[in-house]
Amino acid sequence: MLLYSQPLELTKLVHSLDAFFRSSLSPFWATLVEGILIGIAILAAYALIALALIYIERKIAAFFQSRLGPNRLGKYGVIQSIADMIKILIKEIIHVNKIDKLLYYLAPFFVIVASVLSFGAIPFGQSLQAVDFNIGVFYVLAVSSIGVIGILLAGWSSNNKYSMIGAMRSGAQFISYELSAGFSLMTIVVLSGTMQFSELIEGQRYCWNLFNGHIPAFIAFVIFLISGHAETNRGPFDLPEAESELTAGYHTEYSGLRFGFFYLAEYLNMFIIAAIATTVFLGGWMPIQIKGWDAFNQVMWYIPSWIWFFGKAFVLMFLSLWVRWSFPRLRIDLLLNLEWKYLLPINLVNILVMVIIVLSGLTLADIFPAVFGK
Amino acid sequence: MEERSIEMDVKDVKIKALPAEDFKDNETLQKYIDELKEQGVNIIVGKLDQLINWGRSNSLWPLAFATSCCGVEFMAAAAAHYDLARFGMEVTRNSPRQADVMIVAGTIVNKMSPLLRRVYDQMAEPKYVVAMGSCAISGGPFVHSYNVVKGVDKLVPVDVYIPGCPPRPESLFYGLLQLQRKVKVERFFGNKRIRRNYRPETLIDPKTGIQIDPQIDFVKK
Amino acid sequence: MTRFLYFNEMKDIKQIIQDIASDALIEEKQKLTVTVEPKQARPLIEGLRNNKELPFDYLISLIGMDWGEKLGVIYQLSSSIDLTHEVVIITATTDRENPLLYSVSDLYETAHLNEREVYALFGIRFINNPDMRRFLLDDDWKGFPFRKDYDENPDLNPVNVISKEIVDIAPQIIETADGNLVEREVPIFGENDYIINIGPQHPSTHGVMHFRTSLDGEIVKKIDVHSGYIHRGIEKLCESMTYPQILHFTDRLDYLSANINRHGLCMCIEKAGEIEVPQRAEYIRTIMDELQRVSSHLLAWACQCNDLGATTAFVYGMREREHVLDIFDKTCGGRLIINQNVVGGVMFDIYKDFQKDVKAFIPYMRQRLVEYDEFFSHNAIALGRMVNIGHLTKEQAISYGVTGPAGRASGWSCDVRKYKPYSLYDKVEFKEIIRTEGDSYARYLNRLDEIEQSLRIIEQLIDNIPEGDICGKVKAVLRLPEGQFFQSVETGKGEFGVFIESHGDKSPYRVKLRSPSLSAVSVMPLTARGALLSDLIGIAGSLDFVIPDIDR
Repeated sequence: MLLYSQPLELTKLVHSLDAFFRSSLSPFWATLVEGILIGIAILAAYALIALALIYIERKIAAFFQSRLGPNRLGKYGVIQSIADMIKILIKEIIHVNKIDKLLYYLAPFFVIVASVLSFGAIPFGQSLQAVDFNIGVFYVLAVSSIGVIGILLAGWSSNNKYSMIGAMRSGAQFISYELSAGFSLMTIVVLSGTMQFSELIEGQRYCWNLFNGHIPAFIAFVIFLISGHAETNRGPFDLPEAESELTAGYHTEYSGLRFGFFYLAEYLNMFIIAAIATTVFLGGWMPIQIKGWDAFNQVMWYIPSWIWFFGKAFVLMFLSLWVRWSFPRLRIDLLLNLEWKYLLPINLVNILVMVIIVLSGLTLADIFPAVFGK
Repeated sequence: MEERSIEMDVKDVKIKALPAEDFKDNETLQKYIDELKEQGVNIIVGKLDQLINWGRSNSLWPLAFATSCCGVEFMAAAAAHYDLARFGMEVTRNSPRQADVMIVAGTIVNKMSPLLRRVYDQMAEPKYVVAMGSCAISGGPFVHSYNVVKGVDKLVPVDVYIPGCPPRPESLFYGLLQLQRKVKVERFFGNKRIRRNYRPETLIDPKTGIQIDPQIDFVKK
Repeated sequence: MTRFLYFNEMKDIKQIIQDIASDALIEEKQKLTVTVEPKQARPLIEGLRNNKELPFDYLISLIGMDWGEKLGVIYQLSSSIDLTHEVVIITATTDRENPLLYSVSDLYETAHLNEREVYALFGIRFINNPDMRRFLLDDDWKGFPFRKDYDENPDLNPVNVISKEIVDIAPQIIETADGNLVEREVPIFGENDYIINIGPQHPSTHGVMHFRTSLDGEIVKKIDVHSGYIHRGIEKLCESMTYPQILHFTDRLDYLSANINRHGLCMCIEKAGEIEVPQRAEYIRTIMDELQRVSSHLLAWACQCNDLGATTAFVYGMREREHVLDIFDKTCGGRLIINQNVVGGVMFDIYKDFQKDVKAFIPYMRQRLVEYDEFFSHNAIALGRMVNIGHLTKEQAISYGVTGPAGRASGWSCDVRKYKPYSLYDKVEFKEIIRTEGDSYARYLNRLDEIEQSLRIIEQLIDNIPEGDICGKVKAVLRLPEGQFFQSVETGKGEFGVFIESHGDKSPYRVKLRSPSLSAVSVMPLTARGALLSDLIGIAGSLDFVIPDIDR
């Protein structure tokens, strides 16, 4: 079951499972069973990652603030989020009068579905990807923006003025920053010439896109981090739920599990942004490889690809947490200024620069094919 | 399956950092536990109850209904020196819908009382109330005033009283750990809540204007 | 800077008063006191307000009074140019059924809320005040609680759990050109205004403030300040207690400046009763006051950062504050409310290592101030949220009576410690921090700079604490002589004033506490108009008001 060279890799397991189903079942049933299995796996990963992230955030926030953070449940409080989950699962769900019932109940599902959909296309490791679209980048951008509909609906349908203001802020913010996020990813698509995640990763075997496209890629990376952070509605961009202004913003009226959905989705979105950035800029699950150093490369491959992936993603998430716990909140006009007056123009120029660099063969892979070439 | 009770005693309730000996002197809780013991419960349901109570008691998200000095001590308790987060209680929810325990910190006056009650009504079950400081318990130093409510238990049922003016953060922690213990002996299945202190001299049905029986409101029959 | 009224100046003021109100009774008590008929009160105040050389443009407090057969108001006026000049104007009406006095709200903006408060508590209505709703109490409150004949039967005003509708209609009594009085009602908001309630239970109103805010998108159009959600009737409670018993109430007003408030009340009683305070007690009081100021400013800084969304800064501020509280804790066992001052001195002597602890704290705090500067004061987002936000000009600050760091950020030199020094403030050197920008950022920086000045004061005193008693001789039953006594102190929020009227009993006839926070909150509608909703919260944070201090 295990590859000799990559003992902890799950590739072989996945492939043999696939082969087993294909051989014992008709193609239709095989696809169905695999689909169900993948669904379960994704949902499980979804819940686990979210719970882990909640714990990590609380702990990291505590360390930033010279506190201890949760430490009563389990060693260092590691199962704190499980207690929270149990609590939230059985908490009463309040049915509020005078709301738009359909939209109110629908809203949390939009949010959660958006993040689950993007989850499906993310390559967590070698062969650990549900669907490898040829337009992967485009797909992730598209489905992740469904989330804002959920937030808008939640704010609108709650019949609460705070929620309403939160939702309106969220709409303005999301639409603005979606542009920047999209453009910065496009910059890399120009560089690598593909939208498919697997090809993107393969193309970064010897040189991450971040370095391959040097200056414009780096600018795109920073812009993507900023706009991605803004899309997740987290501080300093947490205007839609601005605790000190709008009590709880768009989800003020939600209780119990429905609130739990918003809460989970917030953390998952943070992970998704980090995952996309990892895959597009930092070589995804690909271990660090150096052309010609075969022994070194072999050693790197011993570390399973999903550890590489989560490791890189964690570094980015840590950055995001660092920013969140250091900065005060932006005001809505400052926020929109930042996007429309700075990020967007820079981005447009940046794409142009990237096109010129690619066309005139100035990428690192072009300049030093012996070291960085494919 | 045989009907069996989960052996439990006030002493058995485990809370990290608070020794069990500190617990054995609460007659109300012990009486309640004995009552539950007599009724007996299915072992699976009992274990599930324990799991749920474990989750609930360790994830008490507070809503700070802070009106005066005690509110500052609550803030101090949440900050670096004392760190409420250790007990998993740092997630202060400002929306009552998402909070589990309302910490009434400070004096409640006539003008505020409808709002206190409204915030309480907006909270989702299971909800708990902690009266922090002597003002919330009885009106405190202002008890003779024309405008002060003499204890929040006239407006909402109270689970834990924390004396002090204002109570130190340590006292707040002690009170909250006591609340954890109270949560830990409850039954989720069958919705058995401990009767809480409540002196409803003011509860009037908004529609009819007649005084109503608070038990209808607070304990789901 | 003049510390006492020069003789000729005083004569000038007397002359001016006599010119306007010829039959006024002018007495020289603790302050220059003028008693006039209600009709002459307003012209007199107007004359003093518009006096060219020394305009009395700062209304320190407006005190409602009930003298049995008469209901009246005491105006305590001062000049913003030199706070040492004060005039007290007393006026009263015998009509207890429908008492009417002329409003001074067009002369002093701060009178708006004060007159509404007097209406709620004494039932005196003010002609020409544009908004004559009750301030601290509900509109349907039966009786006027501060009147001596108030019926305290709780059945009249029962505790209620049903929310009341908020009626946004302001009654007015207007005097028309031909001298008739017309009562009318004016809506506060437009018909189609989008109104949200910020507070009373809201994370960022620093307590239970209630701003009814009408919005245009996110832009604040108008704010209507509702208060009284923690009106505990402290001043009324004082009237039934002996002097030593009332001390603890001041701690629970502005609990962040608890010790300073109490210092003010103690001094007022000591001055009235001519009680000597030992030097050692003065030293301890001053050091404790300054430590309290440091902790108050730290909390204000922390909360302002928190309002702007920087949770970590909040925790840092609270962290440093704990060091001060530890010193308090070791001295007298209290953290927030320390019960240190008593009439005649202090209750607890300093402990053995007090000096060592304080001296260790000073360099630590300085280091932290540098850290705050690096961490927050120059952060681009923080600057965007504070610079040029919430403008308050010097004239507005004076008219609204905004003192303390906020007033000084608008360029008004209003430090009571400088103008009317008490305890040891005339012996120590410190700088009065004055900025002229008048925005949130100036207020923010002022507080941080004042922490440094407080540390300087402590440094000068800590090594020189003389030996001796900590409490002077006080009679077992303390009776103050008849009269009216005033005392001001500089708390972390501004000028805190104590007024006691004694009729020779062991309990006061009337106590009025001037709250610096009331002035701060009264400028909210002005400073936040046209700002965004987020800025409203930020401005409220920068003004740093404490609600129990407003409601009393």
